Amino acid sequence: MSTNVLFDAPGPRARLRNNALTLLSVAVLLFIAYLVISTLGEKGQLDAAKWEPFLRGDTWTGFILPGLVGTLQAAVVAAVLAVIFGVLFGLGRLSDHRVIRMVCGGVVEFFRAIPLLILIFFVQAGPATLSGYTMSVPAFWAVVIGLTLYNGSVLAEIVRAGILAVPKGQSEAAYAIGLRKSQVMRLVLVPQATTAMMPAIVSQMVVLLKDTALGWIIAYEDLLNAGLKQFAVNYGNLIPSAIVLALIYVLINLALGALAHRLERRSRRSRTSAAGPVAAPPAVGAGGAGTGATATL
Amino acid sequence: MDTSALFDFSPLVQELDKILLGFWATIRLTLTSAVIALVLGTILVAMRVAPTPVLRWAGAAYVNVVRNTPLTLVLILCALGLSDTMQLTFSGDPTTNYFWWAVAGLSVYTATFVCEALRSGINTVSMGQAEAARAIGLTFTQTLRLVVLPQAFRSVISPLGSILIALAKNTTIVIVASYLDAAAQMKQMFDDYGGTIPIFLGFAFGYMVLTLPTGFLFGWLAKRLAVAR
Amino acid sequence: MQIRQVGVALAAAGAMIAGLTACGGGGATTVLQKAKDEKKLVIGVKYDQPGLGLKKPDGTVEGFDVDVAKYIAGKLGVPESGIEFKEARSANRESFLKQGQVDMVIASYSITEARKPQVTFSGPYYLAHQDSLIRADDSSITSLDTLKGKKVCQVSGSNSWKNITEGTNKQNLKVEATLVPAGGYDECIAKLKSSAVDVVTTDDTILAGFAKREGASVKVAGAPFTDEKYGVGLKKGDLETCNEINKIIGEMWSDGTAAKLLDKHFAGTGLKMETAAPPAEGCA
Repeated sequence: MSTNVLFDAPGPRARLRNNALTLLSVAVLLFIAYLVISTLGEKGQLDAAKWEPFLRGDTWTGFILPGLVGTLQAAVVAAVLAVIFGVLFGLGRLSDHRVIRMVCGGVVEFFRAIPLLILIFFVQAGPATLSGYTMSVPAFWAVVIGLTLYNGSVLAEIVRAGILAVPKGQSEAAYAIGLRKSQVMRLVLVPQATTAMMPAIVSQMVVLLKDTALGWIIAYEDLLNAGLKQFAVNYGNLIPSAIVLALIYVLINLALGALAHRLERRSRRSRTSAAGPVAAPPAVGAGGAGTGATATL
Repeated sequence: MDTSALFDFSPLVQELDKILLGFWATIRLTLTSAVIALVLGTILVAMRVAPTPVLRWAGAAYVNVVRNTPLTLVLILCALGLSDTMQLTFSGDPTTNYFWWAVAGLSVYTATFVCEALRSGINTVSMGQAEAARAIGLTFTQTLRLVVLPQAFRSVISPLGSILIALAKNTTIVIVASYLDAAAQMKQMFDDYGGTIPIFLGFAFGYMVLTLPTGFLFGWLAKRLAVAR
Repeated sequence: MQIRQVGVALAAAGAMIAGLTACGGGGATTVLQKAKDEKKLVIGVKYDQPGLGLKKPDGTVEGFDVDVAKYIAGKLGVPESGIEFKEARSANRESFLKQGQVDMVIASYSITEARKPQVTFSGPYYLAHQDSLIRADDSSITSLDTLKGKKVCQVSGSNSWKNITEGTNKQNLKVEATLVPAGGYDECIAKLKSSAVDVVTTDDTILAGFAKREGASVKVAGAPFTDEKYGVGLKKGDLETCNEINKIIGEMWSDGTAAKLLDKHFAGTGLKMETAAPPAEGCA
């Protein structure tokens, strides 16, 4: 339903009222903006000294860009591993063997039901304890493995939904012409499912990228650590830094979001796949077809 | 290999009071933030479908900025930025103060997801409903309040449940906002006893006790309250 | 097909974990031997403690621990250019030594009974004390019992707050203080300056380093409540090197180097510096 069904094309009185409402909302928004800016100013957060470091080259080459590289490295490695994990366990949940189905299902539901942070804590501390302190997991791998297990499990659900979204006639026809199960999967189902699940996968990448910020907690040198700890401590400008970093994250994620949107439009139009785009899976037990709105939580 | 790291569940028993306190903090954070996020999200979605372009623009800008910012950063900005650096405090008592800043951070973040869920819920309400409402002379607010939103809410119960569960899991991040919940208690026990499997499983179980029944409850509600079409 | 895929996944996971344990390690049996033969040492120091071990933007490390490391290495016959510094975090010091990723750890590493089964310690080379860092204009905190009712910064992974609230200090005094959690010492200092906490506690050497960096706004209270015997961590059982380093530590104090280094890093911070070598513990 497009939103303009909610109101009529305005007549003279409604136009007047709408204009008044516009003026009022502009006034309220300006007032809020004024409040924010004046409070920031009062507390000295708008001082040139706090913002000037962002104009200097070594701020970017010494802190922000290396931090961004750290964030992207963790995100890319985790993304690749998560896709592999997702495909393996997503297909595993559709296996003909009950044991494989149950094991894959249990693993996927477990990692989706617990918070990512306690998983990262365990990946970091567990191997050291279990090996009698002869082994240590670097912060990078703690973040990457945690992200892989969680996002991989979500992707497994997306993969499963993608394959189930291919109309039954497709696999029936494939079996009818004598293809084996692996061939049906490889030649018929997976190619069509891929188109259907690409948008959901890209949306999940936004989640993954945002979650690399958890590295802050275990001292992985990501964008947040470089920008808010190492850099902000030098200049005492935590708030300006937080604003600049937020903008960087928002820009990257908006770009990824736009990509997901384009893929979704393409997949809707696509004639190479019989399956429509699938949404992100709902939380364990919540059931029902999600609207996809939770995709990036 | 140290076998106590594999089978020793006694730390969970010894520290049970602290663990339960940790999960109680998790529950309080989740419920308080959920209520505020629901209210805030509803206001946001009203803005996003309003007849006033300025409001639509403001709502969209808020959602796009906050939703794409990592929650860790939002919470750091709240606790270390607004509370510590700018000394805007809710209370002189640090525990109360950081609790409300944590709730503030969780709420403003989660509200964007509530807003987007409701918006897609509104899109599931058929056009004829709104047209009929207008035809009998209801205004925009009335159409939204009496006809569209009640149906939209019912069709997004399942996604709202997913958001609530995600919120419960996200409360772990308040560790950066100087407030301690169950995850912080687990970290403390890892420091004291080592990162053992029983401690991890104990806490994982605790979170599953919170998330799984919530999921089933919302799944059941979604089926029961589904809008017949 | 699925079985094979699960197998591949498991194999990949196994390979990943195996990769994590990959470690260096030379052929020499003792660190002493390695220093003599290769004129090279890998030493673990802190990278985030001003005054003790801090990494500078240009990549060099500086601080009291770093200078002690250079002195010991020099006496073992390793020139400064032969030292490779690595970041030793509290969480990875034991595993670094066991895996041979570092030859020794000099990183505000307290000799404790709990660590002795894992690590051979030389020293102590310095006797530090846990103390409190307070705002310079705060005159209400003078001793451990005056911390009662104050807001104390609780750094995750540290134990100094426990020594206050749970009474594991020299006075055996349980002090009821309000704990304010924080992610690290820099966060605590920010909270201290903005009055979100009243007290930051840890070793006085670390506090003095922060006090020096922060200038006149904060000071060390001078109310010590524990003894922290800083030792040189070595791979368990390397007694030969341990005894040699104990001799070097003795020389460091008798030839005036220790006092000079302390003065270089902590002068003007209010730190009550030790003036004599702490009694040696013997190697085990």
